[in-house]
Amino acid sequence: MKRYFGRKILIYLLTFFLAVTIDWMIPRFMPGDPVRNMLTRVSVSSNAGAIQVMYDYYAHLFGLDLPLWQQYLYFWNSLFHGNLGLSTYLFPTPVTKVLIRAVPYDVFLLIPAILLSWLAGNNFGAFAARSKWLDNTISPLGYILTATPYMWLGILLAWFFGIILGIFPIAGAYSFAMLPNLSWAFIGSLLLHWFLPFASLFMVMFGGWAIGMRNMIIYELEADYSHYLEALGAPRNLVRKYAFRNAILPQLTGLALQLGVIVAGALVTEVVFSYPGIGYLLLAAIQNQDYFLIQGCFLFIIIGVLLANFAIDIAYILVDPRTRRGMMGETA
Amino acid sequence: MKNKKKKNEFLFFALRNKKLLVGLSIIILFLLMALFGPMLAHNKPFAYVNPNGAQPPSSEYWFGTTFFGQDVFSQFVNGLRATFLVGIIGGGLGTLLGILIGFTAGYRGGIVDEILNVLTNIVLVIPTLAVLLIIAAYLQVRSVITECLFIGFTAWPWAARAIRAQTFSLRTREFVDLARLSGMKPGKIIFTEIAPNMMSYLVMTFILQFGGAILIAATLDFIGLGPTNAVSLGLMMQYAVLWGALQFGTWWWFIPPGLAITAIVGALYTMNVGLDEVFNPKLREM
Repeated sequence: MKRYFGRKILIYLLTFFLAVTIDWMIPRFMPGDPVRNMLTRVSVSSNAGAIQVMYDYYAHLFGLDLPLWQQYLYFWNSLFHGNLGLSTYLFPTPVTKVLIRAVPYDVFLLIPAILLSWLAGNNFGAFAARSKWLDNTISPLGYILTATPYMWLGILLAWFFGIILGIFPIAGAYSFAMLPNLSWAFIGSLLLHWFLPFASLFMVMFGGWAIGMRNMIIYELEADYSHYLEALGAPRNLVRKYAFRNAILPQLTGLALQLGVIVAGALVTEVVFSYPGIGYLLLAAIQNQDYFLIQGCFLFIIIGVLLANFAIDIAYILVDPRTRRGMMGETA
Repeated sequence: MKNKKKKNEFLFFALRNKKLLVGLSIIILFLLMALFGPMLAHNKPFAYVNPNGAQPPSSEYWFGTTFFGQDVFSQFVNGLRATFLVGIIGGGLGTLLGILIGFTAGYRGGIVDEILNVLTNIVLVIPTLAVLLIIAAYLQVRSVITECLFIGFTAWPWAARAIRAQTFSLRTREFVDLARLSGMKPGKIIFTEIAPNMMSYLVMTFILQFGGAILIAATLDFIGLGPTNAVSLGLMMQYAVLWGALQFGTWWWFIPPGLAITAIVGALYTMNVGLDEVFNPKLREM
């Protein structure tokens, strides 16, 4: 178990290191001069002395006159102080602050969508496997759902439930007429605005998990241990239970592999519903050429994905006794 | 002789596999639209041709016009072209890199394998889109080919991992040992002894990479980081959302691009299942 964790943590640290390096490197080695581009384009010029402040910030954060290796160390230093620069789009709010304001919406949207779709998809998939009627209806549906681009499903849901039926609102995280407060009305409004983005994420992911589980179960039911159990006269449900426990492991690994795709899906879903998480922020940052904010979003996404990966590793140890006994269920 | 018979056998099952045929027909249908559609469209994708703004499909504008009076059909078929280009080049590059890295790591083993494995795992953990968007955001001018390259260079890890595992298990078989004893060079062993034995697997990897590249491209285009000089299906959807196609109910603007992507990727997945049944006798007649 120690070796399993040690290896994982090494990979995560290397990944984080590489990600920060990319974040540092790209603005410096891209063709053109993004720094000048940004300063000539931003709307901070109306603010007296703002450009000077920005230049000072650059001098401080990038240390542009220093040799490259010192700039690099500078970057790490400011990173550890939580300093990601000032947003030009929401000038003069620090990027860290802007991002921290957006993160709760992402957590609130993504965690229920990921967990519920994974659980529901796995159970449905296992249920559908080897039952002719269900298999013929759920499998095609699952394939269509996983092939659907997240934003398109979001657009369809918004159009149908938001515009045609008018049941759900299609923009923002709460009613524009309200200010955030702790009342039932506000919580109700939050949930109402949350439902459609959640539903579109849930449905696309659900399709993928259901198909994956169906295929895994069929594979496990063909395995020798299942045939042996059947030959011993074990009840059908018991055999399926064992198959399910074995099939859940690759699905857990699959969840870790899918995180990147899920994050991408969440970003575009937020754009469709103007849901004020990181994805929505990112679109605004791109349209306003706010490079500090883009870089900050990048780092936040990486950190989020690394944390989620780590959580899945722990879950793996809980689910698979072999890893606990040092038998290395899954290498790397 | 024996080989020829085997090929015929695959063809026999392939022609009788409904999933494969249905998937393939859908792909061919869209491919034809992508190839010949732009010749039928008499307007430029971004030209403001209809002074009346948004209008539903008519005999003049087959797919209707956008809020700005642009021809949706022209945007659609040109976007479809970009979609196939991204799928073929981006997915092809991803597959190629996956094959190269997977074969090298799996066949060499040892320290080379360790290093490539760590590299694969790192690229696997980093969300592809996050890297793509930070690169794309800093590039002022982007073409469809740039997008293909971005996608290809970040999409290979899972393919490399899967191919490495397959190579690893084939490496210790007798026929590979025999080839090695007879003094064959590693490159030749990989391409004449190992690769043919996992050809079906490589084909399926390409199909999945193809579909994945299309979905990633749609996402990038949708957040405005796609090609700067061309129309794409993702870009159509972005404009539709940003310019209130939902509120005005101009469904002909946002339905076709998403439907095409769903149909193409869904058809690819279906084809993959069909191919799996063709190549793997255990799965036949299910």
